[in-house]
Amino acid sequence: MSVLVDIGHRLGGFAIDARFESAGRLTALFGPSGSGKTTLINMIAGLIRPDKGRIAVDGRVLADTGAGIFVPKHKRRIGMVFQDARLFPHMSVAGNLHYGRWFTPPAERYADIDAVVDLLGIGPLMNRRPAKLSGGEKQRVAIGRALLASPRLLLMDEPLASLDEVRKAEILPYIERLRDETKIPIVYVSHSVAEVARLASDVVMLAQGNVIASGPTEAVMQRLDLLPAEERGEGGAVLDTRVLRHDETFGMTVLGSAAGEIRVPRLAMTTGAAVRIRIRARDVMIATEHPAGLSALNILPGTITAISPGEGPAVEVGIDCNGAIVLARITEQSRQALKLHLGGKVFAVVKTVSFDRANTGAGLPAEADG
Amino acid sequence: MNWLLDLTPDEWNAVRLSIKVATVAMLASLPPGILIALLLARGQFWGKTLLNGLVHLPLILPPVVTGYLLLLTFGRRGPAGAFLAEHLGIVFSFRWTGAALACGVMGFPLMVRAIRLSIEAVDRKMEAAAGTLGANPLWVFATITLPLILPGLIAGAILAFAKAMGEFGATITFVSNIPNETQTLPSAIYTFTQVPGGDEGALRLTLISIVISMAALVASEVLARRVGRRMDIE
Repeated sequence: MSVLVDIGHRLGGFAIDARFESAGRLTALFGPSGSGKTTLINMIAGLIRPDKGRIAVDGRVLADTGAGIFVPKHKRRIGMVFQDARLFPHMSVAGNLHYGRWFTPPAERYADIDAVVDLLGIGPLMNRRPAKLSGGEKQRVAIGRALLASPRLLLMDEPLASLDEVRKAEILPYIERLRDETKIPIVYVSHSVAEVARLASDVVMLAQGNVIASGPTEAVMQRLDLLPAEERGEGGAVLDTRVLRHDETFGMTVLGSAAGEIRVPRLAMTTGAAVRIRIRARDVMIATEHPAGLSALNILPGTITAISPGEGPAVEVGIDCNGAIVLARITEQSRQALKLHLGGKVFAVVKTVSFDRANTGAGLPAEADG
Repeated sequence: MNWLLDLTPDEWNAVRLSIKVATVAMLASLPPGILIALLLARGQFWGKTLLNGLVHLPLILPPVVTGYLLLLTFGRRGPAGAFLAEHLGIVFSFRWTGAALACGVMGFPLMVRAIRLSIEAVDRKMEAAAGTLGANPLWVFATITLPLILPGLIAGAILAFAKAMGEFGATITFVSNIPNETQTLPSAIYTFTQVPGGDEGALRLTLISIVISMAALVASEVLARRVGRRMDIE
């Protein structure tokens, strides 16, 4: 499966000129508001006609201004989950769910209603009206409605943006299951580092209508300098790990990663399960010797591979810990005091309690990785 | 109370005819009413202002003028009237169908206004969502737009019905005042007031008029509320 977008478009004074291609399980279109990501996703869905360029999904050309091709939205078979859910108010949840199925040619219906209802946990809502649902429930029904139209590609336009933190945490696991248990490729629009790092296999980073970086999540997320200013504090390394064992005495889970063992607060996951963690650069300390008498539990040895200026007094230091890159944000004063330099041997120190629900989530299954 | 219900056959005919004329006028104006309301709410075309003016004309013209224009156009010798009579066998002049036409035309602007307002209130994002689920524009209209404008549709239809029940000037000018054929309630009341001793009959029909109009109004309220509750919009 692949998505190819290569378009030029003008919206008033705003110009979008973007090209990307992705074959990932979940491709995030990431950027600050006003970077053009919603416009791009609307073009893939067929809701906006690009001024010029091409859009193809799985080799099927959906729009090609040069060849005069523009497939109307109802013939694209691309599911869309909107930020505002957009459930039909005059139909029950069941009516909403069945709507798209009805328009899908029988031969192309692959979605199974029971499986989707089960996946999203919306069974008890079937006879309710959309107005009687909470924001999180609405979003889950909207996802189910899009899935039951048996789409070739699922687009999600900031599906969590209008929800509070509790509701977000409620929906994230469902999106992870969607990514890992169904075969439908997903393009996900978001301006949140936390969501992208947790969900995406691939990231396309946008700024002012242009693609500024794209590639696997771990690689793109290391470019802290590219993150929008208000999200910079959330930036950091993304590591794919596995549950090695649980430490019941202290309520912790030990994860195995290329960098070594990492202790995080107890996770409700079985041993061997894939876990993706994000280590925020601001949560990482650097020591030049193996520290003693320190409360932090995660001490990862590594080599400095990058030092770049950060915001204000900060510098960002990239540490290669046996192949896994951990990013640290420290002050320039500390860098000079410790005489940090490229190739220097150091220890990255991370507190266990700096991991929370926002930066630990189900990892992608191995076969879908990269 | 007995005198109230003790209607003469001619009076009963007027009541029945009025209801028939108003119902036919309302039902026949619905499809063109929806179409014109859609055009005015969403269309962008040259002459939109002109079309809007034309639709509203019966509201601002004296009813006699509208009736006379209908007579000129749809009368036996009028261009449209002659054509319809010859090719489709539809005759309007001095028939109850003519009364229905006059009532329909007079109520049309009210109906279009109500439907247009409800179409403009429809969230077009809902229609876009239906499109991404595979519904073509016709299906989107039938399954999303139409149900969402149902309250406005009901309001418009009831307004047109009520207007038709009370229509007098255009009807009497176009199809005259023939008992059993074109004598609707207002015409019958008017006739009673023109003859000595007709007061009792006029009062009876007036009361019946009030009852029918009130019933239509209450019915529309109940229907609109039920539809609204179904959608949880209130």
